[in-house]
Amino acid sequence: MRKLLVSPAPHIHGRESTKGLMRDVIIALAPSLLVSIYFFGFSAIKLILVGVVSCVLVEYVIQKYIVKTKVTVSDCSAVVTGLLLALNLPPSAPWWIVFIGSVVAIGIAKMTFGGLGQNIFNPALVGRVFLLVSFPVIMTDWTIPVSWFRGGIDASSGATALSIVKEGLAQGLTMDQIFEANNFSYSRMLFSKIGGSVGEVSALALLAGMAYLLIRRVIKPHIPFSIIGTVFLFTGIFWLIDPQQYADPLFSILTGGILLGSIFMATDYVTSPMSKPGMILYGVGIGVITVLIRYFGSYPEGISFAILIMNACVPLINKYMHPRRFWKEVKNG
Amino acid sequence: MDTVIFTIVSLTVLGFLLSLILYFVAQKFKIVEDPRIDDVEAIMPGVNCGGCGYAGCRAFAEGCVKAENLDAMFCPVGGNETMQKVAGYLGIRVEEKAPRVAVVRCNGTCDNRPKTNDYDGYSSCAVMASLYAGDTDCRYGCLGQGDCELSCKFDAIKMNPVTGLPEVDAQKCTACGACVKSCPRVIIELRNKGIKNRRIYVSCINKDKGGVAKKACAVACTGCTKCQKVCAFDAITITSNLAYIDYNKCRLCRKCVTECPTQAIWEVNYD
Amino acid sequence: MIKTFSIGGIHPQDYKISAEASIENFPLAETAYISMSQHLGAPAEPVVAKGDYVKVGQLIAKANGFISANIHTSVSGKVISIEQLQDLAGNISQHIVIRREGDDWMENIDKSEDVIRTIKFSGEEIIAKIAENGIVGLGGAAFPTHIKLSPVPNKKAGCLIINGSECEPYLTSDYRVMIESPEQILIGTKIMMKALNVQSAFFGVEENKPKAIGILKEIAAKSYPYIKIVTLKKRYPQGGEKQLIDAITGRRVPSMGLPVDTGVVVQNVGTALAVYEAIQKNKPLFEGVVTITGECITEQRNFRLRVGTTYETIISAIGGFPKDAVKLISGGPMMGKAVSRMDAASVKSTSALLLLTENQTKRGEEGSCIRCAKCVNSCPMGLEPYLLNKLSMAGRVEDLEKHMVHDCIECGCCSYTCPSNIPLLDAIRLSKYQVLKIIRSRP
Repeated sequence: MRKLLVSPAPHIHGRESTKGLMRDVIIALAPSLLVSIYFFGFSAIKLILVGVVSCVLVEYVIQKYIVKTKVTVSDCSAVVTGLLLALNLPPSAPWWIVFIGSVVAIGIAKMTFGGLGQNIFNPALVGRVFLLVSFPVIMTDWTIPVSWFRGGIDASSGATALSIVKEGLAQGLTMDQIFEANNFSYSRMLFSKIGGSVGEVSALALLAGMAYLLIRRVIKPHIPFSIIGTVFLFTGIFWLIDPQQYADPLFSILTGGILLGSIFMATDYVTSPMSKPGMILYGVGIGVITVLIRYFGSYPEGISFAILIMNACVPLINKYMHPRRFWKEVKNG
Repeated sequence: MDTVIFTIVSLTVLGFLLSLILYFVAQKFKIVEDPRIDDVEAIMPGVNCGGCGYAGCRAFAEGCVKAENLDAMFCPVGGNETMQKVAGYLGIRVEEKAPRVAVVRCNGTCDNRPKTNDYDGYSSCAVMASLYAGDTDCRYGCLGQGDCELSCKFDAIKMNPVTGLPEVDAQKCTACGACVKSCPRVIIELRNKGIKNRRIYVSCINKDKGGVAKKACAVACTGCTKCQKVCAFDAITITSNLAYIDYNKCRLCRKCVTECPTQAIWEVNYD
Repeated sequence: MIKTFSIGGIHPQDYKISAEASIENFPLAETAYISMSQHLGAPAEPVVAKGDYVKVGQLIAKANGFISANIHTSVSGKVISIEQLQDLAGNISQHIVIRREGDDWMENIDKSEDVIRTIKFSGEEIIAKIAENGIVGLGGAAFPTHIKLSPVPNKKAGCLIINGSECEPYLTSDYRVMIESPEQILIGTKIMMKALNVQSAFFGVEENKPKAIGILKEIAAKSYPYIKIVTLKKRYPQGGEKQLIDAITGRRVPSMGLPVDTGVVVQNVGTALAVYEAIQKNKPLFEGVVTITGECITEQRNFRLRVGTTYETIISAIGGFPKDAVKLISGGPMMGKAVSRMDAASVKSTSALLLLTENQTKRGEEGSCIRCAKCVNSCPMGLEPYLLNKLSMAGRVEDLEKHMVHDCIECGCCSYTCPSNIPLLDAIRLSKYQVLKIIRSRP
């Protein structure tokens, strides 16, 4: 006799899957990956490969042998963490630094909390900040990108645009002087050719990735736009007050990993708020803290710390900020 | 040197002032509780399972101290031993209660009760019971998703993957009643453990007419009343096509077990 | 202008593969098993006995109580038993079993195809006739229509909305009815407007049915200008009562409220047709249009099916159960009920039988929640399904009430979109009824 399959409704499922979402994120990262390989050559490939392999390895070993639970590396979330970690590092970083970063990112920031879906802090950022604090010299050793065809990396160590600006201001130079001395221009920032980590060098590649993610409905625009908008607004206010002391808003957005952070790190599902009003508050918070750290803190760049601080606020945001409800009033009984 | 003296003096004075404040606050907001509650709580097993009907061991201890007699109070986990200790401490007597154990009144294994459809929903008996009559033709039997196993704090009830039914470990079971509440079909019952740990019960709760029940499950109770007729102690009642053995009246003579034509009555610990 | 509702929703493919199948009469079954519990409210009481001979359309059970409905037989023949039988979920209810002899209809039923336009009855007479003929809501809930159309103290209905969205994938029975009997539906609408004493009505149809919109607009413009045909965006759950009212009028039904709180009454297209047939043709509700569909069956059909036909009979009439089909659903794939017994019989609110293969319906492996908020973004009521699911597992009934689990409309959007295949609605549905029970038991 035929046995029918019985289950509660709904009986069909949409096409979304965790693996599919991760795959879309990897595709969105592809332009940045390719640009960084083009400009940094072997160094970039090394970082990306070591990052991905060590993240996956750490997750596999912990799940199979330490926690002894189901191995879920096939959902590609460790791969994404590995890629993001690699993109956050300076191009001349040695391979073992990536490995340590992966162990911290997956082992401490993700697995100790219970694995996928349970962590409070963005794993890639925790890894990066750990490395920044533990190995400050290596982590601030930047090179100006040279083309592959010029025969690999042999440039002298340089600095990111933001640190150049900070140092310049400390030395008493005006903004115009700094810009001129270093040949800063917007086109250089958009299309790379300025110093920075592996992932922040080309704003255009990152924006292409954002467009892809928005079209595929992987992320909603609320977080990236509120971060960028807030940073733009705040730096704009400061710039209007004293244009020689504070960089203009466009420069502020295109440098320092704002784009990488707001498109790929802050939008991480697990560590961001669940409702749209909450997302906007989160984005504004990140923007404000980033600008505060940049202008009043001792670090030239603040977005990594800003995102981690706001990650800690997310459970509270989720508790008090709810999505827009359908009904306008509640009846009794 | 001055700084050192100044630091020592100022911290000492601060410490003294703060401890004074703490003392007065503690006195002002002190809750006067019967000191016996603490002692009775210490006698409790401390599992906080709720099997006694109170919100945890401390609440039960409070209830014991406040109650006039302990006849209505019973801690299933600690059992008679604990209740005697509490009674002794409070200086009153309490009757010993027969120890109980959880009994699963269904024998609808995959062999006895064939599946007539495949369930593909969330693995919870509550969800399955609210959706439909089940994946067999018996509308009353065990659904096999293991809500009872999840509810047990003592690891005493486990699903057997071969039979698809839960099995109770009588040694670990404390008769707290959590599994009874978790079963949407009310299949599990708390019955007396019995002399020498022996019990007899009807392992079926199917209330359909005999023909329908038998078609659904080979070992169903059909309500044929043969067991009732052979029981010399009036322990068996038949309601809605289902036999039920009153464990207080049952003398464990086992005549009903052999009499039952579908082998629906079970005897436990007889060999 | 195309209208739509404000919050949430999903866009499944509409799979209207049976849209071109015109309505045919289903070959009459040998035996009819008519359930006494095929409407919301108390089961009806049989008024016939074993051995009685009945004619098609004859009253066989009377409404029992305030919320209940009359039931009429769908076949002529002899009553062979009145017994407890199982429905598609295996639950027991009383059934009247009739062995068919011929197809002998009650004399007062007008079987002609003529469209009767004049309405001879007053508002109260209409409501009484609707009750007499056992009309219930054919949108799925089977709520007795005469109660919905009766005036409620302190609340006045200002307009009527006819629900022609048919937002569930695969279903086309309402569409075929709109194409083949458009004027009858509009007359049915006019009748209900008279019963409610309202001057305006809206007829919502999704944009994926342009032919139906065209035909209805043409007839309405000519003879029924007070019925406004509204094109709705193709989106699920557009056909949900609250979402429909929001889309067409912009009003939001309050939490724990009814549509009439916003001055609106909503009725399904099928109900409008049934009302026309009851008032103008003296025909009680004993048959309806049912879509038989699914990619695994060779020919898609839309049948006029008599109530009480077993699923077994229906499936064998279309050539038997397809080899690769694993699930038979009564209704649509989002909110329909999976049939567990083929010997169960169809009821008044049966609107479709959908056959799905294992690939289409078997649930994927459940992963952990990745907090992507897709469920939150797709919930048309603005709830947080991930949270309600977690609270349900933990049994936190007070928190569930605070987070308004009782406002869930069980549309299934959350489970549909979850990338980790978490069966969100399963646990939420249980908690919803738990909390509703608690709320209703309060004085």
